[in-house]
Amino acid sequence: MNTHLIGTDVNRIDGPAKVSGAAKYAAEFFASDMLYAVVVSGAIAHGEVDSIDTAAAMKVPGAMEVFSHKNRPHMAWFNKSYLDEDAPTDGKPLRPLYDEKIHHSGQPVALCVAETFEAARAMSRLVEVSYKALTHQTDMTFAVQEAKKVEKSNRAGIEPPPKNRGNSAQAYADAPVKLAKGYLSPTEIHNPIELFATTVVVNEDETMTIYDKTQSVSNSQLLVCNALGLYKDDVRVESPFVGGAFGSALRPQYQLILATMAAKALKRSVRLTLTRDQMFTLSHRPETLQEIRLGADTDGTLLAMHNESLQATSRYENYFEVIANWSGLSYLCENATMEEKTVSMDISTPGDMRAPGAVQGVWAIETAMDELAIATGRDPVDLRLQNYAEKDQNHDKKYSSKELKACYAQGAAMFRWNERKPTPRTERRGTALVGRGMAGGVWESPQMPASAKATLAPDGTLTIASGTADIGTGTYTVMAILAGEALGLPLAKVIVKLGDSELPVAPLEGGSWTVSSVGTAVTEACKAVAEKVFKLASGLDDSPLKHASFKDVEFVNERISLRSDAAKFVTLAAALASGDGEPIAEKTKAGPNFLKQHGYKSYTHSAVFAEVEVDEDFGTVSVCRVVSAIAGGRIINHEAARSQILGGVVWGIGMALQEQAETDHQFGRIMNHNLAEYHVSVNADVHDIEVIFVKEEDNIVNPIGAKGLGEIGLVGVAAAIGNAIYNATGKRIRELPITLDKLI
Amino acid sequence: MNNFQYVRAEGLDGAARFVAGHVGAKFIGGGTNLVDLMKYNVEKPSSLVDLNRLSMRDVSELPDGGLRIGALVTNSDVAYHPTVSTRYPLLSRAILAGASAQLRNKATTGGNLLQRTRCVYFYDTATPCNKREPGTGCPAKEGINRTLAILGTSVSCIATHPSDMCVALGALGAVVQVTGPGGSRSIPFEQFHRLPGDHPEIDTTLAADEIITSVDLPRTGFAGHSAYIKVRDRQSYAFALVSVAAGLEVADGVIAKAGVALGGVAHKPWRNPQLEQELLVGRPANRDTYHEFQRALLAGAQGFGENDFKLKLAPVTVVRALEQAAHEGEQA
Amino acid sequence: MTTGQQALEETVDLAVPTHMTVSGRSHTLRVEPWTSLLDLLREGLQLTGSKKGCDHGQCGACTVLVNGVRVNSCLCLAVMHDGDAITTIEGLGSEGNLSTMQQSFVDHDGYQCGYCTPGQICSAVGMLNEGHARTEADIREQLSGNVCRCGAYPNIVAAVKHVMGMGQTEGGR
Repeated sequence: MNTHLIGTDVNRIDGPAKVSGAAKYAAEFFASDMLYAVVVSGAIAHGEVDSIDTAAAMKVPGAMEVFSHKNRPHMAWFNKSYLDEDAPTDGKPLRPLYDEKIHHSGQPVALCVAETFEAARAMSRLVEVSYKALTHQTDMTFAVQEAKKVEKSNRAGIEPPPKNRGNSAQAYADAPVKLAKGYLSPTEIHNPIELFATTVVVNEDETMTIYDKTQSVSNSQLLVCNALGLYKDDVRVESPFVGGAFGSALRPQYQLILATMAAKALKRSVRLTLTRDQMFTLSHRPETLQEIRLGADTDGTLLAMHNESLQATSRYENYFEVIANWSGLSYLCENATMEEKTVSMDISTPGDMRAPGAVQGVWAIETAMDELAIATGRDPVDLRLQNYAEKDQNHDKKYSSKELKACYAQGAAMFRWNERKPTPRTERRGTALVGRGMAGGVWESPQMPASAKATLAPDGTLTIASGTADIGTGTYTVMAILAGEALGLPLAKVIVKLGDSELPVAPLEGGSWTVSSVGTAVTEACKAVAEKVFKLASGLDDSPLKHASFKDVEFVNERISLRSDAAKFVTLAAALASGDGEPIAEKTKAGPNFLKQHGYKSYTHSAVFAEVEVDEDFGTVSVCRVVSAIAGGRIINHEAARSQILGGVVWGIGMALQEQAETDHQFGRIMNHNLAEYHVSVNADVHDIEVIFVKEEDNIVNPIGAKGLGEIGLVGVAAAIGNAIYNATGKRIRELPITLDKLI
Repeated sequence: MNNFQYVRAEGLDGAARFVAGHVGAKFIGGGTNLVDLMKYNVEKPSSLVDLNRLSMRDVSELPDGGLRIGALVTNSDVAYHPTVSTRYPLLSRAILAGASAQLRNKATTGGNLLQRTRCVYFYDTATPCNKREPGTGCPAKEGINRTLAILGTSVSCIATHPSDMCVALGALGAVVQVTGPGGSRSIPFEQFHRLPGDHPEIDTTLAADEIITSVDLPRTGFAGHSAYIKVRDRQSYAFALVSVAAGLEVADGVIAKAGVALGGVAHKPWRNPQLEQELLVGRPANRDTYHEFQRALLAGAQGFGENDFKLKLAPVTVVRALEQAAHEGEQA
Repeated sequence: MTTGQQALEETVDLAVPTHMTVSGRSHTLRVEPWTSLLDLLREGLQLTGSKKGCDHGQCGACTVLVNGVRVNSCLCLAVMHDGDAITTIEGLGSEGNLSTMQQSFVDHDGYQCGYCTPGQICSAVGMLNEGHARTEADIREQLSGNVCRCGAYPNIVAAVKHVMGMGQTEGGR
């Protein structure tokens, strides 16, 4: 394939809109009849709403209505009406304002609607709610005896642990070197900076255009239609820009149903924006405890692996993510046991959050591997190479590609890993101890069925359309690059339309599968257009392509030229001029090529190297340097790809050092529900970060050869930082985040 | 946020009289904390009297050689004021260690003194809090208290004062000038904020209808030897877990004058001038001196679980700040 | 019941005449005192370039310039800005006519989702007006009031350094 665009640094095509404020997010669409809604959130973790007094609220000038379970409009009765595409299939999704029952703290209990935002907000403070509280449990350490083993999948692609291999108990007992430790990771909150919001515009014919913060317009459309009894044809969902989501908008959130319900009942357009504290009640990365046992030979060769993982979930949905499996996947070991358990508590259902499961699972195993390196006196990189797996150990399948060794080598070289002092506490800078650590990372790279449409106008402008979203990952630009590449067009002639339920259906935007899935569909749609253009070109009188077949030509620089002789070409303009003056449009549906992919598993890999300074008195940690070497297949837009990895590293710094939702178990409530007390990394926390993309060719993973980079940048970072902290201080912290109190 | 009346004050007297005559009325300066708390429904003023048209925006020299900072001077303007940054570098450093540039550009000197605690229960109206609603209880003592006080706590409250600027003002020995319907008065900084005791709802000794007009700094401001150390959970834009403002005058290796205050450990900036006189002044500027001083200053400190680490962190921070202050200007 | 509630139940109009210019355009408005400058901009004037990320001064997405000084517009009561000149992202440059800082963010990929971006840019412009940032560490510290959850910080710093004529950051393009 000719690559005039692929793999280069391309500025985002949506950049000018973003930097000028022209890009419109869900809460930024207007209608002349707009009402504003504000949610009243519940105060208790478990029980019932006893009474709701709305008298004072309704006296606020501009008040329209207070909705609660007592007066809500009709909502669907059957559970299946509330199962969105990403819901656990065996759960009972929470229905906002459906009944008096309270399942978690912060659950919506009323919706205030008024002529202005300010009036709705004032109303929300005046709604008096009383409760009948029941006992609740939000403390995993006390709920653990009720843990249930994960036996079957309840979401696509989320699998229970594989069967035991070998005899890990015996192998562990016999192993000369043993390591058995528990690793605790906290509840984390996605906290995209855009607040969850829905603007419902009621059109004159009573159809609705719904602007929703979502990672899938089709999923939002499905849920809101099913829950509120609306017809798909009457509801268009749009989401052209998404201000970050990180998984939190894979499932439509409650503001969608509430805003639409109010709009339907009041026959007015409605805007509902959640508050930052309400963002802590939607979805979260679950708290986990992993008990890991490693048995090894004295040279570090793994003999036994065991990961018993426990994760918190809600009582109404047995959501779980794949955690333990990551321990057994990546290292050669004949004896391995993985176990996954969930514990149900009075909390909201967790949800996918950037590299769900892998960040916790890989953090634990990569920390344990560092401990094993210490115990066996091996260099951490050497130990990993010694146990390097050439096959996916869990599935006993070949990798479609795995250039992890190149990541280790190139990352180590750039980081100057050889300067690391193996003995902790040997290097100082002023009052700080200096340490270096590393870890590996892994994430899957699947391809999902997706559809796309390519339309080439007679003037040579190409429009690409797909219902997928760009949540900041660079989807608009990547699709433009792939399309421009396929038809030999400059980016200026490619228009990309995303985030609209009227466009061809795409999978949920997540899992690092968008480039691989939607990108393949776009490429194939463009190829179908190209074939038609070729027919026009070869049909021209005196066409130099007259005797060529499609595979003999390439589309470069707005020309269709012979591969064998670029001087023989037809311009795109000439070809199109010979057509009927109508646009050439092709819609395709693309999916994985099972025949080709059979017998293989596909993953992205990384090697992360980190240097930290730890103030010996204060325990404060500064991550002064990170090198992240990535094997992610073919890189489409180098600039945005690098940005994805940088962002992942920044997340890793937050995960390692800062992020933690703090629950008061007496109230069963997350208390640091704001951005002042829930810390994410700020600019001053981030120092030098270097990104390397190692060369990795893969013609099995998907026709493009790209693997997706949304998650891999994060996986492994927290372990590398924790391992560096150990190297600096001699303290091994097995409970995230590594706040200063754990180091003094 | 509740609905309220808005009044633009045209004069100090009128403003004070308005607030004195209207139950629930409050003054507003920068509003960075008050508006925040109003949105959380923690503060519910009936009226706001906007002081921003009053002339309290000057930084001026006082006849005794001190410096007067008008109550409406923004935190940024104080921090970057040439006289402040040369003569009172401790104050500049403390201010710049706090909040963000945007907040410092809006927040005023007077308002900074009146910031309320960051205790998560105070902020969340779904939970009890004696400071927000007297008599409802204090869940923090057995709950989330990582950021809360270890000194001067009471049965009813373990909140901390969140300001950085006030820690420096405490160490500098500033004086708060106030005026109200009852006349004007000067409040020494240590007497401005109070400990929670049985009335944690009252943060300061300022009456509801009194207006801060200026904060006055003494003639000397530890220009040669000062340090502000702030220990926090991220490298910027976070409240202090422990902070220490330390100012020294050192002659021939002996401490001639000292001012040391701590933030993040109590309901007010924690300072004890008597101990400074007894254990720092006249003593050699060395670690032994600093250690003896911190032991006395922090005597009686008590943790509540999550914040126990401050019992270890506070002593080392005091010592580090004093060392850094003493060595300021020396080549490393 | 609070006295605030009494004020609320009185039917008197509490709105206050307020005049301000926004990105060069003059507005004479009657503003209810409890309206934040951010909400006035976004809902009243439909200038949605200024973003709401926390509404409490904890994220910086709402950063605008008031008389050239960067502040969090979410913590400003609009009535308190009578007579002020406000500059929002829309006033710095338009999609077809970007300012130097905006173009530098595009060139350095100084964003991902774009939601915090207008605040980052207004903040960076305000920082340059202040004139206290000299080193890369200064930039990082003085832009720490703008949270970017996508983690674009290295590129944001590179974009700002470029405008300041400070050359490339390590690892920057």
